[in-house]
Amino acid sequence: MSPFIEITNSSPFLQFITALLVGIIFGIALEQAGFSSSRKLAGMFYGYDATVIKVFFTAAITSMIGTQFLQYFGLLDMKQVYINHYYVYASIVGGVIMGAGFVMGGFCPGTGISALSIGKIDALFYLLGGAFGAFLFGEFYPKLDKLAMAGYKGPVKLSESMGINDGVFIFLVILIAIGMFWLAEKAEKRFARPDINTEY
Amino acid sequence: MRKQRKYMNPYLAGVLLGLALLSAIYFSGRGLGASGGIKYCVASVIGAFNHNAPGGTGYFAQYFEGGARPLQNWLVYEILGLLIGGFLSGLYSGRLKLRVEKPTHVSTTRRLLFAFLGGTFFVFGAQLARGCTSGAALSGMAVLSTAGFVTMLAIFGSAYAFAWFFRKNWI
Repeated sequence: MSPFIEITNSSPFLQFITALLVGIIFGIALEQAGFSSSRKLAGMFYGYDATVIKVFFTAAITSMIGTQFLQYFGLLDMKQVYINHYYVYASIVGGVIMGAGFVMGGFCPGTGISALSIGKIDALFYLLGGAFGAFLFGEFYPKLDKLAMAGYKGPVKLSESMGINDGVFIFLVILIAIGMFWLAEKAEKRFARPDINTEY
Repeated sequence: MRKQRKYMNPYLAGVLLGLALLSAIYFSGRGLGASGGIKYCVASVIGAFNHNAPGGTGYFAQYFEGGARPLQNWLVYEILGLLIGGFLSGLYSGRLKLRVEKPTHVSTTRRLLFAFLGGTFFVFGAQLARGCTSGAALSGMAVLSTAGFVTMLAIFGSAYAFAWFFRKNWI
């Protein structure tokens, strides 16, 4: 019912080939979206380029609807799929640190790798910094483990916490996304910076 | 030089990204990831330089447990694919070029310094939040997890809050 279980149990080789292929599609999507450009990504936070929100939310909606369809056709058992565990403080504090890093460096890790793949040297520095960040976290972990573990709620779903059915929840997310797309299109017109916002 | 192609329509690119994420869920049982792949590479480098790390008491010892090799991991192969896919896309669209991308008023040293710092912050935060924009926010939202939505709001909210302080690097 869920192909990944067969893949995991069959051979590591098959598993890694699948990972590589999924990664290639991931890489093509990010680069074609223009996420290999830090100035395009940073535009999100200064209003002149809202590609980030458009791509991000379209991807989120596509995958949400996709998992619903796969379940409906009996092709995927969501009980076997990993649901992110919710650690209240770690999610919030970690997210705030990531946001600061985003606006400093102009990338997130995935888009940094995307930019490196087409030869951006600043992305190489970003990823070296990223490796240093992972190293630092390991070094400081004894002081951070309390924060990392605090407020553990388990693999909770927002739809369940809100007491609504997954389909209704996804419909609400789509409505919110459409509102944000409308705002994004308006913002790009209002804060347009033709001097910055060309093809890089 | 060959003429550059335009970027893909963002909504279409979003559908493609969503399908990549969906295929990751379908084939691996969990979503995409990027910072995790970086972490496994770091663990591997630490293991190569410090032979006490595997089996030791340090944070990275967990990635060597039971004789595991950090580079033999789904996420590592996935980010290798991410590099290949990006390269192919850049080749197709005529965007392959070694360069530092920055606004003209920003010096190269300043851009590289802030790029390094940004990476340090981002991946540090991602270790705490157990995933980055891909692994925690986007993949988390795909499976409707509360953690995914909270992390997404924290990342974007914080980036807007700090944008003013770093505006001279961008506009």
